[in-house]
Amino acid sequence: MTSVPLPVLMPALPEILLAVGAMVLLMIGAFLGEKSTSTITGLAIALLVFVLGLLVVAPPYGTTFGGSFVLDSFARFIKILSVGGSAIAIAMSIGFARAEKFDRFELPILMVLATVGMGIIVSARDMIALYMGVELMSLALYVIAAFNRDNLRSTEAGLKYFVLGALSSGMLLYGASLIYGFTGHVGFAGIAASIKANGAGVGFVFGLVFVLAGLSFKISAVPFHMWTPDVYEGAPTPITAFFAAAPKVAAMGMFLRIVVDGFGPATAQWQQVVVFIAIASMTLGAFAGIGQKNIKRLMAYSSIANMGFALVGLAAGTAKGVEGVILFMTIYLAMTLGAFAVILSLRRKEGMVEDMSELAGLSRTHPAVAWSLAILLFSLIGIPPLAGFYGKFAVFGAAVEQKLWTLAILGIITSAIGAYYYLRLIKIMFFDQPVAAFEPMPMEQKVVLTGSVAFVLLFVVFGNPLIEASARAAKSLF
Amino acid sequence: MTVFSFAFYMFAVITVASGLMVTLSRNPVHSVLWLILAFLSTSGLFVLLGAEFVAMLLVIVYVGAVAVLFLFVVMMLDIDFAALKGELARYMPLGLLIGVVLLMQVAIGVGVWTVADGSEGLRQAVAPTEIENTRALGMLLYDRYFLLFQLAGLILLVAMIGAILLTLRHRKDVKRQNVLQQMWRDPAKAMELKDVKPGQGL
Repeated sequence: MTSVPLPVLMPALPEILLAVGAMVLLMIGAFLGEKSTSTITGLAIALLVFVLGLLVVAPPYGTTFGGSFVLDSFARFIKILSVGGSAIAIAMSIGFARAEKFDRFELPILMVLATVGMGIIVSARDMIALYMGVELMSLALYVIAAFNRDNLRSTEAGLKYFVLGALSSGMLLYGASLIYGFTGHVGFAGIAASIKANGAGVGFVFGLVFVLAGLSFKISAVPFHMWTPDVYEGAPTPITAFFAAAPKVAAMGMFLRIVVDGFGPATAQWQQVVVFIAIASMTLGAFAGIGQKNIKRLMAYSSIANMGFALVGLAAGTAKGVEGVILFMTIYLAMTLGAFAVILSLRRKEGMVEDMSELAGLSRTHPAVAWSLAILLFSLIGIPPLAGFYGKFAVFGAAVEQKLWTLAILGIITSAIGAYYYLRLIKIMFFDQPVAAFEPMPMEQKVVLTGSVAFVLLFVVFGNPLIEASARAAKSLF
Repeated sequence: MTVFSFAFYMFAVITVASGLMVTLSRNPVHSVLWLILAFLSTSGLFVLLGAEFVAMLLVIVYVGAVAVLFLFVVMMLDIDFAALKGELARYMPLGLLIGVVLLMQVAIGVGVWTVADGSEGLRQAVAPTEIENTRALGMLLYDRYFLLFQLAGLILLVAMIGAILLTLRHRKDVKRQNVLQQMWRDPAKAMELKDVKPGQGL
């Protein structure tokens, strides 16, 4: 009997810590019951912060599990964003869950398990690991979308998300099986080598399109965006904040890795698909957002448009473009979390409000919140010198460098059209007659909002290390 | 004809025939029984290939659990199969269309079929000969695909949490049995001895 050595576990240490931690928390919750909810929420945040610290201070770089899992500086960067985004989303959910009476200990645990899935997908270097990570993340997300199970809309959101998610998983698997059949490999390195040797045949391109369709669903890019507005509107607001932040960044990281790492030699083939998805997402996000009355739906269309902008950078297909996407997603994460901190604080005595008209006169009832949200919205539009401008500049710059003029110009036009709904929100806040005041903002939301606004304002001064870090991350992918 | 090929043809014919009977038999309970026969003869085919672990798995999991579950579902759900058959006739054209599309896809697949070097050799030796099946599968699951195996476990954990979370309700109005409480009852407190005089009652 030969003894088999244990694979090197260090590169997967962040995920192992999160998974084991989640199971320990589950045991605590199962034995102590519902009264342990606040303890578990606190411990889950502490766990995520600890893993975040590990990734920032001493990332255990390396490749393991037969080359199907890698921690390089790209994976590290995206993991820092998604772990941080999850920690903030859990923190923002505390007050809301208590007020709406669905504070159960499983919520932070499922969010931690979803974060494990996010870690796997940005590190996966073969199709099977990628698929398992996607399923781990998505399954946890389906459950928490329906978390407020006594609420009809939350249940509907969960079911809709689940059915459409299962469809996209099917497309992803079908594409992966075609790629395996035509290249003979599931590992990204093997696929890339096979394309380089044999060229990209029809069968492979068929599979490529299916895989990209499955992945587009996860980042809610047009034409696979249909679930986003309904799920964003139906899910409880802190969970919507979670959906809009960490999983989006992780899914975009997965998208980048698979097209650059796995399909690198077939750039000409995937470029067409990405250009189409980018244009469709930007246009639909800009136009469909105009008629929205519900602020969560508006954020859904805003996120669809932003995914389109991010893909513009990827369409360039260069290291510069990937760097732009990473930077854009970092800034998007900060802005989204800040905007949701405001949306979560729209609470009156009778309950939450989600209608945009309810924000009327916010500048007189809560001037600090109104000004913060205005700054975030200006940044989302892309007004210099706010952070959002630099994100858009980086992705459009990369596209222009590759002579993708149409894409860049369309991006700027749709960005101007999208400005309409952000500006309308600002107009409602500053120039309409005030309606009743809101309850004071909870502490955790204040901290998140302040941090987000500070990031957006100060990026112009202190943004350089972040730009350098994203350049390093992009380089490790090529 | 050797024993081997005789066994192969016997199992193959039984598998195909019982598969046909699954779809043709009018009584759904008979369909499930035919399905069980199909599973059993397929496991015979696996034994012939030298894949005894998969064969046993097929019997234990599919015959032992899945088919019995099917049987329960078929017998417990009151489905009007005659009405379902009527529906079937309505959707027949669409079904045929999808069938044709699938056939065309298979044709595309066959059209670009190429045989790689050494694939014939791989087909001859489905299972490794030097170690037994169970060990070979264990080596793959716990060594080469260790990460994937653990991830599958995590996914099942999430599925379990989700199912409990979304369906379990603690009902407050139901009286539950607490065994410990019952055992710790003190006769001195719970019982009262009354001396009932004859003819008087309480």
